Amino acid sequence: MAHGPSESFFSRWLFSTNHKDIGTLYLWFSFAMFLLGGAFAMVIRAELFQPGMQLIEPEFFNQMTTMHGLVMVFGAIMPAFVGLANWMIPMMIGAPDMALPRMNNLSFWILPFAFAILVSTLFMEGGGPNFGWTFYAPLSTTYAPDTVNYFIFGVHIMGASSIMGSINIIATVINMRAPGMTYMKMPLFVWTWVITAFLLVAVMPVLAGAVTMMLMDINFGTSFFDAAGGGDPVLFQHVFWFFGHPEVYIIILPAFGVVSQIIPTFSRKPLFGYSSMVYATASIAFLSFIVWAHHMFTVGMPIAGELYFMYATMLIAVPTGVKVFNWVTTMYKGALTFETPMLFSIAFVILFTFGGFTGMMLSIAAADTQYHDTYFVVAHFHYVMVAGAVFSGTAAVYYWLPKWCGRMYDETMGKVQFWIAFIAFNITFMPQHFLGLAGMPRRYSDYGLQFADWNMVSSIGAFMYGGAQLLFLFNVIRTIGWGKPIDDPKVWEGAEGLEWTLPTPAPFHTFSTPPVLK
Amino acid sequence: MSERARALFLGLFSPIIFCLVAGGAVADEATWNSLNMPKGVTEVSQAAYDIHMIMIWICTVIGVAVFGFMFYVMFAHRKSKGVTPANFHENLTVEILWTIVPALILIVMAVPATTALLKVYDTENPDIDIKVTGYQWKWQYEYIGEGVKFMSELRTPQDEIYGRAPKGEHYLREVTEPLVIPTNKKVRFLITGNDVIHSWWVPDFAVKRDAVPGLFTAAWAKTDQPGIYVGECTELCGKGHAFMPIVVEVKEEAEYDKWMAAKKEEAVIYQSTIGKEWTNAELMAKGESVYAISCAGCHQAKGEGIPGVFPALFDSPIVTGPVEDHIGILINGVAGSAMQSFADQLSEVDIAAVIHYKRNSWGNEMGDTVQPIDILNYKQTQ
Amino acid sequence: MENTTSHRNVLIKSLLGAAVMFMFAIFVLPPLYDLFCEITGIGGKTGDAYTATEVVVDTTREVEVQFVATNNATMPWEFYPVEHKVVVHPGEQKEIVFYAKNLTGMDMVGQAIPNVLPNNAADYFLKTECFCFNNQPLAAGDDAELAVVFIIDPDLPASVNTVTLSYTIFDITDRGSMQVSQLK
Repeated sequence: MAHGPSESFFSRWLFSTNHKDIGTLYLWFSFAMFLLGGAFAMVIRAELFQPGMQLIEPEFFNQMTTMHGLVMVFGAIMPAFVGLANWMIPMMIGAPDMALPRMNNLSFWILPFAFAILVSTLFMEGGGPNFGWTFYAPLSTTYAPDTVNYFIFGVHIMGASSIMGSINIIATVINMRAPGMTYMKMPLFVWTWVITAFLLVAVMPVLAGAVTMMLMDINFGTSFFDAAGGGDPVLFQHVFWFFGHPEVYIIILPAFGVVSQIIPTFSRKPLFGYSSMVYATASIAFLSFIVWAHHMFTVGMPIAGELYFMYATMLIAVPTGVKVFNWVTTMYKGALTFETPMLFSIAFVILFTFGGFTGMMLSIAAADTQYHDTYFVVAHFHYVMVAGAVFSGTAAVYYWLPKWCGRMYDETMGKVQFWIAFIAFNITFMPQHFLGLAGMPRRYSDYGLQFADWNMVSSIGAFMYGGAQLLFLFNVIRTIGWGKPIDDPKVWEGAEGLEWTLPTPAPFHTFSTPPVLK
Repeated sequence: MSERARALFLGLFSPIIFCLVAGGAVADEATWNSLNMPKGVTEVSQAAYDIHMIMIWICTVIGVAVFGFMFYVMFAHRKSKGVTPANFHENLTVEILWTIVPALILIVMAVPATTALLKVYDTENPDIDIKVTGYQWKWQYEYIGEGVKFMSELRTPQDEIYGRAPKGEHYLREVTEPLVIPTNKKVRFLITGNDVIHSWWVPDFAVKRDAVPGLFTAAWAKTDQPGIYVGECTELCGKGHAFMPIVVEVKEEAEYDKWMAAKKEEAVIYQSTIGKEWTNAELMAKGESVYAISCAGCHQAKGEGIPGVFPALFDSPIVTGPVEDHIGILINGVAGSAMQSFADQLSEVDIAAVIHYKRNSWGNEMGDTVQPIDILNYKQTQ
Repeated sequence: MENTTSHRNVLIKSLLGAAVMFMFAIFVLPPLYDLFCEITGIGGKTGDAYTATEVVVDTTREVEVQFVATNNATMPWEFYPVEHKVVVHPGEQKEIVFYAKNLTGMDMVGQAIPNVLPNNAADYFLKTECFCFNNQPLAAGDDAELAVVFIIDPDLPASVNTVTLSYTIFDITDRGSMQVSQLK
């Protein structure tokens, strides 16, 4: 019954209903977007290398910061983890494919369409979106360039893609687990993705609501966010961040799942505290809904509200800490080896925790009067999103690439890539904490002389980090084309789970008959 | 391989640890200041600094403990050392412990965090009220009840920004007119936005409140330390976001009173001389300086504009058309565009001078004269 | 085949259902929402127009009420409070006046949006009459004295001694006739 992929290139890739091919599509798309978003970052850091405007105008700088954020969040990080989900979830639960394979195809293919529209706005009259990836009204409504309508269209499509993908994941996991795979036997990556999928289904429509209200205000004379008509610009912030805060947990939870797969493998020891990890993830997801206004501490909220959001935000440290302690305890008394996926995962634990510390500091509303909208915040979220989610995604690629393509990546090159990325990342973002504390706000195209030194250091690190990504790309392509063939199903000595019982490389169709669980 | 790995670890981490320790021991005040939040000059800024430091210490202790343990594990439990991995994978006691203990630490943190926030919100019984309005891309300060109102814009010339002239010491930290407040008086700031959301931040006061159009937010400061304190706009507000700094000058009470009296006198004198006839040279000189600060940001240094974005003023139909219409543009602004109404922002003298300057520069040779009284008449007799 | 017919039935039912849902959303929800706001009293930043009932004046307490005016964006009108502060007893009805003048050569319509500071005083600042309840048309060169009649609720928290009432005036000339009612 099992057969290979379609003969024609077009029908294989354009009409794919295979979770592996669709996963591959998502991963390549996300990497292309990662490089594009990285290019925008290079423009930003090149301009900020020295004080003064040397390369671009402030209007274009604002477009770069906006597009960098949008492309990275919606085009790189989210699709990358969806790609990992597509590849791995069916194999991890013993299912032949996703529950809704045709919708899976649609979910992917609308993304390049949406991003083509979004990126093309940079070339349109008036320039692309220039109001930050958080697009506060009225800068994004009354004062927006004409291309804002394309931006809204793009956001709607991306949102639809995420919602459909999440429905698919939930349906797959609920209905298609192999007999004997109870919920509490599922790999943690599957758990984190299921919880993430529920978050997505809950909040993506809220984002759609926010951009639709924007559309109405801009084009149809409504006043949702316009005080003159009885509306309120702060309403936008509430609606956006009600989406925005769960969004960052949507970004990080699958990353937690990846690390929870990799660390046990290279410790040769089972994950410590499996049930705690599941409950902690669920707690984090629940808490993520009730803390959104910590992004709005300076907007003039009544003190009761501000105190509540401060306390609720501080609480998130508890389940997150539980997860960190569980990872460390997994390593404890294991037999550790430090292949590239493990290096990235350990770096994740350390640097994400560091980002968590700055997050704790940000949650203290009184101190936040000094941190809010400064480079301190930029440093914080890059620690958790780059050293967090991106490192985890990179680890996942190194970890699962052999299973996907049947070839081993070059370990030395991988380690070199890791060290360059790790060092460059810290050179880029550690000084940004100091910049923020010293008083440099974010989204600044230029700055006073007292901020010059750290900006220069940060820019140097950024270029180094960009180089590391090219090395990563090279390693991946080299592996797929010319890597040393490997056919051991287990690939890694300590690997456990259904996906490691399959042949390497994984055939086009797997688990057409459900496996028997021991 | 194990020896290499160990050497690699120690080789890379020890310099980092060394730098941190040495830096901490050797760092003088100046170095520390360039790395850390300022203590500031108000009760609120001190409270913010204190809770910031408490958090840093707590996080450092936890971090050293967790990461130190991790490094130990990575060293002691490596496979290359020949260890056999254990098989344990759960322990309820330990899970409960590391849930409860962090929760307790949070409760400990919450107490100073709450008292600090109560201080931030204590805007009752101010001595002075100042309305702060964020514009694209400058600030307006109004002393409520005193009749003193002025704009405060970036003073750094475009030439310095674009590298055509060397950058001054106060690059991007200098304004046309600073906000002046006295020592030892509680000053309340009522902050709003004129167009988009801005945010008024003075780090040394730990005051940061968003300037939202249509509503007001409040903050306060009281200090006994005279000096000059620089702040920034901290909410993306368009292309000039990085170019609208805040400068607050804190004067001793007696000096402040003198300043306030002089400001009020200025307004009176201004009113009485508004009918004065200005010479061409006076108007051109004044107009040039007003243009550089209030117009050149968009219309560019020589009136060339940015095609498709900001109209050129050279040979423009308005600048070469009837004076009445030209005045109207500055007074009324252009609805739906970035051209604001400057009626509230520039004095009659400034408006007259800058219109005169534009009509007689860069090849525009209108030859007409615009006097301040013309502007006043326009505003009053429309 | 039976399959096609039942499939078509599902489609027809879904389409009808969607149409009904949209009708409900457009015609039934807004009046329901108004009713909800009326019953619960939620809505509006400084409260509805207040119909004064018997309120006891608290002569033991004084509250300073400050007035701030600001123009939004390109709004070129002159706009300021005639007195910049008054002192009232809670429960005492007071009228104050804002002055507005249209300095341009065109007829315009303005809308004033109020704001009360501190936040916890907003519920206790009761306006029986306010020029902010309606839009404000002014012919070219015309001026007007705009009145606000208010009462401070005696239940105002004890910690509040100063209340600041600010108005931002917006240019709504090109929005057609728009009643911005504080009741919504």
